[in-house]
Amino acid sequence: MLACRVFARAAQAVPTLLGVAVLVFVLLRVVPGDPVAMMIPPGASAEDVLRLHALYGLDRSIAAQFVLWAGQAMRGDFGISISLRQDVSGLIASRLPATLELVLLAAAIAIALGTALAVFGTRHAGGGGEAAVDAVSGVALAVPDFIWGLGFIVLFGVVWPVLPISGRADPTHTLGLTSHFYLIEALLRLRLGVARDVLAHMLMPAVALALPLAAMIARVLKSSLAEQMGQDYALLARVKGFSRSRVIVREALRNAAIPTVSLTGVQVTFLVGGTVLIERIFSYPGIGNLAIEAVINRDLPLIQGLILTFAVLFILINLALDLSYAALDPRLRHG
Amino acid sequence: MAEAGRRLLRNWRVVLGGALVLAVLLAALLAPVLAPYDPLDQDLSAQLAPPDWHFGADAHALGTDSLGRDVLSRLIWGSRIAVTVAVVAGVLTALLGTALGLLAGFFGGRADALISRLVDIWSSFPPVLLAIILVALLGTGLRSVIVAIVVIDWTRFCRVVRAETLKQRRMDYIDAAVAAGLGPRAILWREVLPNILPLALVLLTLEAGIAVVVEAILSFVGLSISSDAPSWGGMIAEGRGVVHEAPWLLSCAMLVLLATVLGFNLLGDGLKAELDPVLR
Repeated sequence: MLACRVFARAAQAVPTLLGVAVLVFVLLRVVPGDPVAMMIPPGASAEDVLRLHALYGLDRSIAAQFVLWAGQAMRGDFGISISLRQDVSGLIASRLPATLELVLLAAAIAIALGTALAVFGTRHAGGGGEAAVDAVSGVALAVPDFIWGLGFIVLFGVVWPVLPISGRADPTHTLGLTSHFYLIEALLRLRLGVARDVLAHMLMPAVALALPLAAMIARVLKSSLAEQMGQDYALLARVKGFSRSRVIVREALRNAAIPTVSLTGVQVTFLVGGTVLIERIFSYPGIGNLAIEAVINRDLPLIQGLILTFAVLFILINLALDLSYAALDPRLRHG
Repeated sequence: MAEAGRRLLRNWRVVLGGALVLAVLLAALLAPVLAPYDPLDQDLSAQLAPPDWHFGADAHALGTDSLGRDVLSRLIWGSRIAVTVAVVAGVLTALLGTALGLLAGFFGGRADALISRLVDIWSSFPPVLLAIILVALLGTGLRSVIVAIVVIDWTRFCRVVRAETLKQRRMDYIDAAVAAGLGPRAILWREVLPNILPLALVLLTLEAGIAVVVEAILSFVGLSISSDAPSWGGMIAEGRGVVHEAPWLLSCAMLVLLATVLGFNLLGDGLKAELDPVLR
């Protein structure tokens, strides 16, 4: 049942991926500008330029280039980055874990903070607590994550320098880790000093990413909690003598979660998109920062590989979401 | 009318937001008069000079950047780019999104199905990533930035205007107009559109704020105008690089951007509350 569902959704994703790949491939090639221009040294002859084009397959027709690229891509080979002269798959494999860890941490912070705010606001509904929660989420939403990130750099990097403002780990230490999942590996191997260092580097970018989402979760969850608290079952639980906090956390939260999960799902996609900028601000070595470099350098193989990576990520997030609805809502599970 | 104006001025959001937006507009218009220095003038003997409030002949009130250019003057001149993008991208986005939203909401049927589907697909992409890809395709520069904003953000208008048009269409005054013999085009232009305009105005104000941030982001990343020309995003990028030596550079540019964005947001929220009879 579950396997069927996963399979059906995965099958639906294939045409989307193909569409994205074709679109990006063709658009990148019809716009003016020579992608190898920056590699051509001054004084190169016309033949040198042609040879360079042939080396990257740019002398063939767009259709022929696509067939070649797609065939290699299916085997996990995205070609060689023009600006970095490295294997694109290798580059992505070494940078993607950094982005995934950042997204996971940001999502965890957003969900925890948003839920805490919503529960606190519902607990103190109609009073100063609720007003405070509304004010906090209003400010968190009004300020874009770009400015949150920069503000944190000034506040916690310069004015009160408690956190590192760039990179993923202290470059003067040898980490001694085998994978690129620094945080997860350090935690699993109980290398707490390393984990602390990595976490310190991730904290500001993750919170900057998380704040707008936390505010959105707080708003939506608070309004559905308010609705649930007016339902008969919640009133009954109150009449039976359970405290308001207990009813909110034990009874109402689960039923109120469904609209929040669907909102969070869409927003996690945006969170992944947001990493592009936040990674740039904090010089964080993930695929977002790599994507900006690729775009600035018009590095076609790298741009294509990265866009496809992002597309796969978005599809996986949506798949995970679809399954989590089923877990939360029994009607969908048996429907 | 005067009554409506007085009511608007009693809303603190409208007043504060309007004042911030007006300040930016005036800075842009009067940049040559207000700026104490030429924004491109380099003074290599005063690189990264800290803010100096002694109003002497050659004082830099907000300090200088790494080429010795006056930060205050660059901020004032930079407002021209912000205002240009806010107005041009905002209005173009509003026109495209409102036109498609009206079309979808008023005529329904296949046009509506097509436009609504397009809006759904479009808004499922993360906007910043989409903007960077678009500028990669279009080439860098202010024009590409504006095109990217219009291409990405028209859905904000389209979605809301479509819903409002659907609501208006079901109202009695439309039936009355049909009974009076007006054709669909006349009804759309003379009856529906005027009722949509206040809403479009609110959205336009909010969109202007978004456009300013997007331009700053693309300048920051290095995909908007060249780094010599004074732009807030470019100054933020430079300030980020020298944040330990000259924190005022990043702080000033960031605060100006923040004030502008909050100004547009407050004004938009205030207008929404005043123009929407239900909320009022």
